[in-house]
Amino acid sequence: MALSRRTLLGLAAGVPASAALAACGSPGPGKSGSGTTYWYLNGQPQEGVRAGAVEAFNKAHSKEQIEDFTFQNDAYKTKIKTAIGAGKAPTLIWGWGGGTLRTYVKAGQVEDLTSWFGEHPEVKKRLLPSSFAAATVDGKIYAMPCETVQPIILYYNRKVFEQVGVRPPKSWDDIMALVPKFNAKGIAPFSLGGQSQWTNMMWLEFLFDRIGGPELFQAVIEGEKNAWSHPDAITALTKVQELVRAHGFIKGFSSITADSNADQALLYTGRAAMMLHGAWSYGIQQARGGDFVPSGALGYMNFPPVEGGKGDPGNTVGNPAQYLSISSKAGAKQKKVAKDYLATGVLQDAEVKRWIDNGSVPIRLGTEKLLAASKSADFLQFTYDIATKAKVFGQSWDQALTPTPAAAMLDNIVKLFQLSISPKQFASNLNAVTGT
Amino acid sequence: MRSPAGRPPRRAPRSILPWLAVPALVVFVGFAVIPLVGVFALSFTTWDGIGAIHLSGTASWRAVLTDPGLPHALRVTFLVMAVSWAVQTPLSILLGTFMAGRQRYRAVLGVVYFIPLMLSSAAIALAYKALLDPNFGLGAGLRIEVLSQDWLGRPGLAFGLVVFVVSWQFIPFHSLIYQGGVQQIPKSLYEAAQLDGAGRIRQFFGITLPQLKYTVITSSTLMVVGSLTFFDLIFILTEGGPGDATRVLALDMYKRGFRASLMGPASAIAVILVLVGLALALLLRRLGGRDAGASQLEGA
Repeated sequence: MALSRRTLLGLAAGVPASAALAACGSPGPGKSGSGTTYWYLNGQPQEGVRAGAVEAFNKAHSKEQIEDFTFQNDAYKTKIKTAIGAGKAPTLIWGWGGGTLRTYVKAGQVEDLTSWFGEHPEVKKRLLPSSFAAATVDGKIYAMPCETVQPIILYYNRKVFEQVGVRPPKSWDDIMALVPKFNAKGIAPFSLGGQSQWTNMMWLEFLFDRIGGPELFQAVIEGEKNAWSHPDAITALTKVQELVRAHGFIKGFSSITADSNADQALLYTGRAAMMLHGAWSYGIQQARGGDFVPSGALGYMNFPPVEGGKGDPGNTVGNPAQYLSISSKAGAKQKKVAKDYLATGVLQDAEVKRWIDNGSVPIRLGTEKLLAASKSADFLQFTYDIATKAKVFGQSWDQALTPTPAAAMLDNIVKLFQLSISPKQFASNLNAVTGT
Repeated sequence: MRSPAGRPPRRAPRSILPWLAVPALVVFVGFAVIPLVGVFALSFTTWDGIGAIHLSGTASWRAVLTDPGLPHALRVTFLVMAVSWAVQTPLSILLGTFMAGRQRYRAVLGVVYFIPLMLSSAAIALAYKALLDPNFGLGAGLRIEVLSQDWLGRPGLAFGLVVFVVSWQFIPFHSLIYQGGVQQIPKSLYEAAQLDGAGRIRQFFGITLPQLKYTVITSSTLMVVGSLTFFDLIFILTEGGPGDATRVLALDMYKRGFRASLMGPASAIAVILVLVGLALALLLRRLGGRDAGASQLEGA
């Protein structure tokens, strides 16, 4: 409903144009303020922290005001691309870096921030160094890392493990041995929101790393010919299908979505024993699982090694940070406000504290004391250690790749999990789209 | 169109009449013709939706036409169309005929039946999705094993479910059309049939159904052409999954365009959708016969 009767009537009735535009979800340079706009994701608790940072900045800068607009995750991914393509990008573009950022850069849509970071070394020095990789395209920095570090973690339900009388897996063989034990007790070994596609992808990310090392997927990103057909890749793909065949995932996983958090609920209600999910899941389970997290029933670990694999078991994958870019199409004044926000608005003390209260680790360095003082201290320390000690922090595949191969990859992963294509078919389908 | 008595109406001088169409024309050109031309032009380009648009000749068309995904999406689209037509039409005719009766309770039921149509497709899809969740849905809640199937996770079930939900949403609308159609049938036909001793069922097949011929064509045209645009419901319910079991053409277009950033091929699919829709609409008009416009009413 782009232009409904009601919007037209609204315009006719003299509703301020900016309000009417906002109603269509296409905020332009509205109000009389600086016209600096910032779009980001909604959904609590993250939305509140983002909004709080903007509010604090606006309060401190009476002449530099930022207008913020929020969108739902999947809708945002489409919306931001469309807006940038139409030349109506917000001044501050929130994103995940990696492949999508690369497409913005190629199209000349975002500012090169390399020299700005050179002039403001103090901004760069405050942040986790590993977070800059996904902000860098061909040696230049096009985004400022912000918010939190989100490695993928293997969560488990301690109560269920006690009930069945087993211990957390130390290797892939342990995982495969646990599967029949849980199934025999009527508990699903792993929860999975398979309809969301990227949820399945997390499994392959770890298996590729543990079996073939980070070079295996790096070859894909660099567009090496037939990278997906590497013997180690085929081994990883085969292992996933073995787990599916052994009923490792909950019945009906391909119709469960992650947006409804039904997959998390399966873990904290004890219907599933384990779950592979991002670090953000902790906050959700804390908020929704009642007594589950406070009682210490939630266990967590890094993904275990695979026997004979080449990857370092300390490696991780996930989101090294979130990212803020500045639209190259914005006016000089807007750009200045945006840069001031990057320098003095992002990850200030109050924001850092709020992220920690929500159970996540901000990418600012030197927060160990705050983390230790938090009610989620153990989990936060665990996440911080993974993020800072991992030799390689691989970026989530769907963000690391550019959109075209990423979409093909997600479609094919679902088919792989459904056992409707073989590992070899998977590899050849993807070689066809990522070989260029 | 001639006015009934054959003379031009007095109030509006003839010269003004064409101008009255201008607002509608502006909207039609602005929101239908220009985008259509734009999409046609885009189908001959390469564009990721963000950067520059490059002319690339027939590359997008060749990519789409040689993609094994296209025949699959077409098959699914036509299957959804055919099966949901076959499910909706008889049920709508029966419901419409039933509601055409005069008793007061039927009016109340008519309103109740109409409710699904008033809900947005997105709300319907979300509600069904929650109800059918194998772990937290209706089946699990009521502990009825049969209901806690992996409804959206198995290709056959997911397809059947899409048809079911579509039918649930649109049967009310088509029932309404049929109700109107039935009420137009002259009473005298039924009186004559009763004198000849025809029962209700004979009357239905002998009078109601044949008299509804043109209503069937109207309703079928709406169903068939409308089914090409099924998007929101399927998008939320299954996202075209599991795998691509319910990936209809409209969804295929969206996924290529906005997920995979392939605007050229997505535009080609959009053009194909328009052509298929036009062809179907024309075909159905043909089926209606040349006298489709003529009235079937007694004495008119």
